[in-house]
Amino acid sequence: MFDAAVTADERIEPRDWMPDAYRATLVRQIAQHAHSEIIGMQPEANWITRAPSLRRKAILMAKVQDEAGHGLYLYSAAETLGVSRDELLDKLHTGRQKYSSIFNYPTLTWADVGAIGWLVDGAAITNQVPLCRCSYGPYARAMVRVCKEESFHQRQGYELLLALSRGTPAQHAMAQDAVDRWWWPSLMMFGPPDDASKHSAQSMAWKIKRHSNDELRQRFVDICVPQAESLGLTLPDPELRWNEERGHYDFGPIDWSEFHEVLRGNGPCNEQRLEQRRRAHEEGTWVREAAAAYARKHGGGHGDDRRHDHGGSGTTNGTTNGDGHGRATA
Amino acid sequence: MALGDDALVLSHRLGEWAGHAPVLEEEVALANIALDLLGQARTLLSMAGDEDELTYLREERDFTNVQLVERPNGDFAHTIARQLYFSTHQELLYERLADGGTDDGELAALAAKAVKEVAYHRDHAEHWTLRLGDGTDVSHERMRAALDGLWRYTGELSQPIEGLDVDWDGLREEWTRRVTAVLERASLSLPQGPRNASWAAGAGRQGVHTEPFGRMLAEMQHLHRSHPGASW
Repeated sequence: MFDAAVTADERIEPRDWMPDAYRATLVRQIAQHAHSEIIGMQPEANWITRAPSLRRKAILMAKVQDEAGHGLYLYSAAETLGVSRDELLDKLHTGRQKYSSIFNYPTLTWADVGAIGWLVDGAAITNQVPLCRCSYGPYARAMVRVCKEESFHQRQGYELLLALSRGTPAQHAMAQDAVDRWWWPSLMMFGPPDDASKHSAQSMAWKIKRHSNDELRQRFVDICVPQAESLGLTLPDPELRWNEERGHYDFGPIDWSEFHEVLRGNGPCNEQRLEQRRRAHEEGTWVREAAAAYARKHGGGHGDDRRHDHGGSGTTNGTTNGDGHGRATA
Repeated sequence: MALGDDALVLSHRLGEWAGHAPVLEEEVALANIALDLLGQARTLLSMAGDEDELTYLREERDFTNVQLVERPNGDFAHTIARQLYFSTHQELLYERLADGGTDDGELAALAAKAVKEVAYHRDHAEHWTLRLGDGTDVSHERMRAALDGLWRYTGELSQPIEGLDVDWDGLREEWTRRVTAVLERASLSLPQGPRNASWAAGAGRQGVHTEPFGRMLAEMQHLHRSHPGASW
């Protein structure tokens, strides 16, 4: 039944029987995808309070909000496979599940916000568009919504870089520097080369994946090269050139040792990203407990009465900024 | 302009929550409110001049927002208390501006549109006031402390703004009635004590601000000021 449905390109739905390994692979992949949306808010949110115009600030805030929304859809899709959001967040916080390695790089200038939109979201879309046809229905449907918003973000990122590239010499230099720093990490987003990718064959047989890592990476490079030209920016790869015979761009070797270091937790921001996520969660414990207690008292409305997680006694100190207000007497 | 500054500054403070909210749904909700306010600020500031010049190139003493909106986020209860006080006020004020409180047609139109957004902000703040006030002992205490701590900044809300034909005393009475009703449902009560900081009775409108505001502006304006004349 299952194999026949996959072969016939029918969608697998939550109540259908599926092999345990298929379920486990999907939980892992969707959860990591959701975690990436949530952690991915941080490098961009880093610039919300410093955005240089109100128009850009509004675009950036809307984007970060969309990412939280994508995280929500994806956790819901994962929940159809019988895991809870709290369980998955706990795995993220304790380092048992990963998120995309790209978000372990810092956003050092305003141009990084543009480079993330153009390159990082561009790579994400290249990866995710085929997932709209993935064999698991809830994931495929989530991807349709996510991809629409992502392509919008990608255009905005490109447009941000274009404004900088055509701006003052300092702005142009800022844009070039950002592209220089984000190019290689973006290529790494497609995962290890095909001969080293352990989940690929099975995922392709199950039609979770439709194309190999290297195929998608090549497609991305082919798209980016002419875009970089029209941006008036260069890509930091001396070996990049058109190959007439293949009908593709050749590009230089990727530093896989850096990729593995970042995956192992040794990238520039791994600690900072997880630390902020854990802190937000811990400091929010008393809020979630209050919502749950209120829901119990008032007939459980609003679906807030989720089982709350580990440890929080509600006595954490919160985020009070210590500028003197907040403990006034009545 | 004063109303534009209120919206601009509160939007900025809410933007600081991005990536730090206690639950994912609140990441979405707080960003949503921040975006609504930013939209209002852009319209209001554009009515007075160039939105970016006014945002990025004015000094602290030139901003005329109330001190309430510039207060740091503090914990989630502080953010909610600030939001409850402010959005209740903003809804009442915009209702009046939409309904004859101003001769300025553009301002009346903005108020008529924004009042729907603000009703959502007020509703959101009320729901959280109920959950925190009537949640656990810890959340009740935090909510009470937040309401008390911000109380002294609420008097300034109903200080008359030049050019607006609003019954400010009536507005304050209605505000007090509404906030009291929510607090009672949340098993809390209206804080006692003066509604204005005694040393600076409602001075935000005159450009006198609290200390954290200067640092907020430094962060907000830094990049724009570092590249004079650039466009983004």
